Amino acid sequence: MNAAKTNTGRQLLEVDNLWVKFPTRNGIFDAVRGVSFTLGQERLGIVGESGSGKSMTGRAILRLIRKPGMVSADKLSLEGQDLMDISEKEMRDVRGQKISMVMQDPKFSLNPVMTVGAQIVEAYRLHADVSKTDARKKAIEMLEAVSIRDPERVFRSYPHELSGGMGQRVMIAMMMIPDPQILIADEPTSALDVSVQTSVLRIMDRLVKERGMGLIFISHDLNLVSSFCDRVLIMYGGRVVEVCDADKLHEAKHPYTQGLLNSLPRLDRPQTHLQVLERDDAWRETESVSGAK
Amino acid sequence: MSGIIIENLNVWFGKGRDRVDAVKNASLSVELGQSFGLVGESGSGKSTILKALTGLAPEWSGRMSVQGVELGKKRDKEFFRTVQMVFQDPYASLHPRHSVDQVLTETLMLHGKDDVNGRIIRLLDDVGLGPSFRFRYPHQLSGGQRQRVAIARALASEPRVLLLDEPTSALDVSVQAEILNLLTDLRAEHKLTYLMVSHDLAVVGHMCDESAVMQHGEIVEMLKTDDLRRGHAEHPYTKHLLESSAGYVAEDA
Repeated sequence: MNAAKTNTGRQLLEVDNLWVKFPTRNGIFDAVRGVSFTLGQERLGIVGESGSGKSMTGRAILRLIRKPGMVSADKLSLEGQDLMDISEKEMRDVRGQKISMVMQDPKFSLNPVMTVGAQIVEAYRLHADVSKTDARKKAIEMLEAVSIRDPERVFRSYPHELSGGMGQRVMIAMMMIPDPQILIADEPTSALDVSVQTSVLRIMDRLVKERGMGLIFISHDLNLVSSFCDRVLIMYGGRVVEVCDADKLHEAKHPYTQGLLNSLPRLDRPQTHLQVLERDDAWRETESVSGAK
Repeated sequence: MSGIIIENLNVWFGKGRDRVDAVKNASLSVELGQSFGLVGESGSGKSTILKALTGLAPEWSGRMSVQGVELGKKRDKEFFRTVQMVFQDPYASLHPRHSVDQVLTETLMLHGKDDVNGRIIRLLDDVGLGPSFRFRYPHQLSGGQRQRVAIARALASEPRVLLLDEPTSALDVSVQAEILNLLTDLRAEHKLTYLMVSHDLAVVGHMCDESAVMQHGEIVEMLKTDDLRRGHAEHPYTKHLLESSAGYVAEDA
């Protein structure tokens, strides 16, 4: 079922003791609490329920947490370069060029008053010194690479003229054009139908295999993550409660992971009542498990 | 007696060149007390069938009846007393500036119920919320709690039929389990008939006795849940849905 393991040799990203804090009226709220992991050339899944801090982790890596939010980490390094130390200006070169992010909903991530083509060309020319014609050619190639059948037409269209699946593919094309080393995909397929979902996942899968990219795949869908990724971090209350190989997710040991798996209705296991997850406060208190390899 | 009968239903929007046929020649029947599922991808017309039933789709042809009562162009009060709907997104379907108490009071008054106070307490109890939630506003509730309020509102008129439009797709899996269990219990307790729309085959398999698979506005296949569980699908589209629901399948190298 699982695809051949991708090469996990080279280490791309190293995160050590990452915290994301937000000051509130009732004191400081910790959205991410001491998360550590490493990413090689692999597909790393982060699963958890809403509010578990999985998206915040993804955003913190790109330093996209807005003030008054605070990010701290002992180490957040991209191939040896510490992302916590560099200036905002240098960070802009990292974003898009070295680490890209695909968001959940193309409707809110594409500019509604710009054609798709113009947006891709703009994103490309920000990072590469190329002429407009070359950028255009590259944009159309990229649209083709993400299996868009009529790239010329899509290039000229506005986001509202595209379906959800097409929009998501455009987003991926836009993110892939500067050839980043790491792609962070935050629920990239949750807004899509199952058949479109498969084709979007295939594209990302191919990119990991062919370009040796590292993928962080954030999702709430346990079945999808276990069948798509190589390794999985399970997050709860801002902490990583368990790390396991994706194809062994169903043998997970932590009661939270087991609870999540058991609360899914399954076609092969009829039951009148679904098992309800009993939460334990101790899960919040235990230290994060390290996701380093 | 049948709960819901739909025969040769066509629903369309717009006219002339812009006409879109959202539902084409759909027929189905749901026995009283049964639970029936409609599955398909977005745009396949599953929600439109619910809209047509509730009178929210102005142009349709064919026959529809609920509990033996033939449906015409307009729906009367009695219809809305029998049939109620729960929507997909509990964040959008509750008024942000109405407390739970206001939401339920208004609904009960509209249906001309007496003993509003007692009924609200019973309704909240029915959906597992308890009286402490009565004076809260939607922003003080979690997604699952909001959906419970939406279900309480639907139950206020003591309906016989509940139309469920993706009631758990906006919720986390652990909360989904709680809401599906609640719906199962309520159906047994109040002897309700369910017509449930979902894109998730596993959810429909869990909740329903029989399902219709829709594609491009047409019902392509009717399946008993036992067949669904065994993977006995005839139509290629249903097979494809079954495959995709199991997770990601890698390309053959």
